[in-house]
Amino acid sequence: MSVTATTPATGIAWPWPVRPQHILLALFLIAYPLVATPFWTVQIGAQSLFFGVIALSLMFLAGYGGMVSLSQMTVAGVAAYMIALFGTNHVNIGFGWPWWAQVPAALIIATAAATLIGVIAVRTAGIYTIMITLAIGVVFFYFTRQNYAIFNGFSGFASVQAPVVLGINWRNPQPFYYLSLGVAAFCYLATVYVSRSTFGLSLQAIRDNPRRMGALGFNVYLHRVLAHSLAGFFAALGGVLLVWMNGRVSPGTIDIGPLINVLVIAVLGGLGRPIGPFIGAVVFVLLDNFAIDLIDPERFNLLIGSVFLLIVLFSPDGLLGLWQRLVGWSSTAGGAGSWRQNRSS
Amino acid sequence: MTGVGRRTILAATVAVGFALCAGSVQAQDTIKVGGLATLEGPFTVLGQDSMRGLELALKERNYTAGGKKIELITGSSDASPDSAVNAARKLVEQDGVQILVGPLSGDEGLAVKNYAKSQPQVTFINGTSAAQDTTLRDPAENFFRFTTDGAQWQAGLGEYAYSKGYKKVVTVAEDYSFPYTQVLGFMLGYCKAGGKVADKFWVPIGNKDFSTIVASIPDDIDAIYVALGGADAVNFLSQYQQGGGAKPLIGGSITVDQTILGSEGPSKTYMIGTPSAGPIADNWDNPSWKTFVEAYKKEFPDGFPSPSLFAHGYYVETKAMLDALDKVGGDLSDGQAKFREALATGEFDTPTGKVKLDKNRNAVADIFLTEVAEGPDGKLFNKVVKVIPQVNQTLGFAEEEFLALGPVSRDNPQCP
Amino acid sequence: MKLFILTMLNGLTLAALYFLVASGFTLVFGLMRQVNLAHGSLYLLGAYVGWSTADASGSWFLGAAAGFVSMAVAGVLLQIGIFRRMEGQDLRQTLVTIGISIVLADLMLWIWGGKTYQFDPPGWLFGATPLPFINAYPTYRLVLLALSVVIGIALWLFLNRTPVGMMIRAGVDDRAMLSCSGVNVQRIFAITFAIGAGLAGLAGVVGGTALSIAPGEDTRYLLASLVVVIVGGMGSVTGAAIGALLIGLAEQLGLAYSPTYGVVYTFVILVAVLAFRPQGIMGRPA
Repeated sequence: MSVTATTPATGIAWPWPVRPQHILLALFLIAYPLVATPFWTVQIGAQSLFFGVIALSLMFLAGYGGMVSLSQMTVAGVAAYMIALFGTNHVNIGFGWPWWAQVPAALIIATAAATLIGVIAVRTAGIYTIMITLAIGVVFFYFTRQNYAIFNGFSGFASVQAPVVLGINWRNPQPFYYLSLGVAAFCYLATVYVSRSTFGLSLQAIRDNPRRMGALGFNVYLHRVLAHSLAGFFAALGGVLLVWMNGRVSPGTIDIGPLINVLVIAVLGGLGRPIGPFIGAVVFVLLDNFAIDLIDPERFNLLIGSVFLLIVLFSPDGLLGLWQRLVGWSSTAGGAGSWRQNRSS
Repeated sequence: MTGVGRRTILAATVAVGFALCAGSVQAQDTIKVGGLATLEGPFTVLGQDSMRGLELALKERNYTAGGKKIELITGSSDASPDSAVNAARKLVEQDGVQILVGPLSGDEGLAVKNYAKSQPQVTFINGTSAAQDTTLRDPAENFFRFTTDGAQWQAGLGEYAYSKGYKKVVTVAEDYSFPYTQVLGFMLGYCKAGGKVADKFWVPIGNKDFSTIVASIPDDIDAIYVALGGADAVNFLSQYQQGGGAKPLIGGSITVDQTILGSEGPSKTYMIGTPSAGPIADNWDNPSWKTFVEAYKKEFPDGFPSPSLFAHGYYVETKAMLDALDKVGGDLSDGQAKFREALATGEFDTPTGKVKLDKNRNAVADIFLTEVAEGPDGKLFNKVVKVIPQVNQTLGFAEEEFLALGPVSRDNPQCP
Repeated sequence: MKLFILTMLNGLTLAALYFLVASGFTLVFGLMRQVNLAHGSLYLLGAYVGWSTADASGSWFLGAAAGFVSMAVAGVLLQIGIFRRMEGQDLRQTLVTIGISIVLADLMLWIWGGKTYQFDPPGWLFGATPLPFINAYPTYRLVLLALSVVIGIALWLFLNRTPVGMMIRAGVDDRAMLSCSGVNVQRIFAITFAIGAGLAGLAGVVGGTALSIAPGEDTRYLLASLVVVIVGGMGSVTGAAIGALLIGLAEQLGLAYSPTYGVVYTFVILVAVLAFRPQGIMGRPA
């Protein structure tokens, strides 16, 4: 793995050299809402960005931590419900707090929930992790659907409004897009940074050989739980954006289908690199919105399922891996690429 | 090859792709109408029938109204409110529809109503979503519903059940909002007439095992009010009979449908005499209804044997839209003011009688009280007992009294 | 009291159904360490195929047989076509089978539509059997219970008293050693998968007769199988029986006495088991 880093006076090494294509991508993303219609800005652009963030949280756990967690959407749902509860909603169960109290509260509670899930899940491995996180997701889904006192049951909460800050309504297309872009950029850079940090490297080593790391004196349990917390924080950010965009949250948002969709998005893009989930999210959102114009809308699940199946069968690194193979790029030996080779012991 | 090439090309391709998809410009003499129904997931069959109703109304007018051409763009949801809002957003913001007809299910309707508030330039006309609060509480100025809600559908059933001698009943229904409104509609009339509801059983959604409920039903009741869908009702009935039960049933609007009426064996005789109520009655002996059924069968030979209430609902909504467009000569200028005025104040002829809107833009229409009977050919059908005329959203109660009941829930209303 | 007895009986018969579905899953999971998340789809597909066969031929028994055989064939195809190429890659198998289940679910929706299907079993199977304490109990459920017990015993005999069964059990304990002793492991795998999938298909017909079939049942029975197998212990048919009993009773008691949150109980049990005894009740520690 080649790493060239410039080391400024502060001593923090910028993880990778900034190449022209990164600048071009950044310029495109920043200039996008200036050329795109509001629909394309919000429903396609911003939605891809925050679904990408939620899928990124799954990729972080799966790629770097070796733990596939199906409860990332659940964590996002917790954040979404907390925003609805702490703010105003159509049934007035809420507390009516201002946004600068709602958002931190929602993030803290959702991250705490993710940590709790982590505590339960990290003693399992492989398929068991998938099952236990799925079970936790299902429990939360049923609970929100059946409970009316806190979660307003089947109907959920509507009329959740994004805040108006300094005269700008954050739900307007351009502000919302830039907000999502900022959050996505933050999560992406944080992931890249953490993956190269001591914590991240230890996490990846734990993924590869937990016994050896334990013998070397690393606290395997704590590393894994903290990974869940961090991933949970990303998912919580995604959840806040989700509830602001739709203006509503209900059990349907965290049903088994959406839980699996996050996995589909992450795998579609590629679990090897942090940009993968965002690519997967773009493809998924485009298909979701435009499949009806291309094929029978009833067969949307068939389309997305087949694409997913083909990717997993023939290109386990997702679309990114396919692209890399097509242009003859050899995949790096390090990074998150080795999740595939993880054998059951 | 250096790094500039690959990723840049990728980014450029994506950018070009996006840029190519700009919004479209419409001709002045075409009106874009969006049709939103559940065309994904297990409710697809119902969504397809809805679209048949919508298309039938358009075909009858040759896709023209008010002197302008109608262009129909379809949107699809999977019965979850999030997907309905996404589909509505695509129809309004990407496809540029001026009028949107839909959605199909109750909670989708609530979500679309909230979205409608943020799009005042578009007129939203309901599909068949039957949640009360879509129009009763916090209505949207641009949301019009020409079909009745779930509580209205049960008008007259409570009093009729009491008059049949059922003084004490229990209710069995699924645990979510639409059955709550159905039970409300039934209980308002029933409790007022003097009936008692001993217990309310709420079945978790998707549960097909009614054995515990069957075991919990008390012995001292006169009838069971069942507001399950047709197929679940078949399951319930067979499990109830196998458990030794023999009390008569009272049916909700979607309970006594073709699935249960078509069953053979001991269930058949059991069902005879079961009362129900709803927005349509398959075998109503009325010329305008019969014309509608014939037109449906002719246009869609591979549709249902008779139009469902979903086809009927979407047909009525679309017909009202077309009639109003005719009235204003297709004039959608000035924030569609004249068109909305025509919708709000007009009285429209439908296959099931006259429909007009109340001040919340909710329908006031006729409801059909039916009872299961055996036809001359030995098959079961829903015989029309009475047509309850012009039922409004408060079911004849005073508005303050009705609103004071509070939103429906598992425990509201009660009359033990 | 009557409610309690009825609930216990319901729990027992539901457990019987869950055992049928889950026993195949645990064999496949335990022996081949293969995660087949399309197991629920096999249940539903077997039910649909069985229904169509019964509808076309007029015989419910033929439908049940068709359900078993068609899914056994599907199982062998899955094993040869997919799992053989992905040995050891847990995650990839999981993802592939998730993909297959999504695709299958939509194909089934396409072919058979969204409506609910009812089976038409012979009249003597459907009716009420008078029992003490309670008025009557559905005959069919008692038959289902008997059928599960018979199949459970047959499976146990197969695993413990036949050479093939011995090889399967040996494989669950130590696959490498089994291969070293000259056994054609792939053939054993194929047989096991065929039995497991066939049982799921049969359960589809049998369960569908009691509770009708509709889209969404695949997810429900997949989750049920997962919970039963994890609680009972991987690879152990006895464990599957115990797990099914626990889960079936918990579900029915929950529905009867706390219907609002009863649906959650099975998953809470799963989370608890995974947190404190991950290998399950009858499973061996890893």
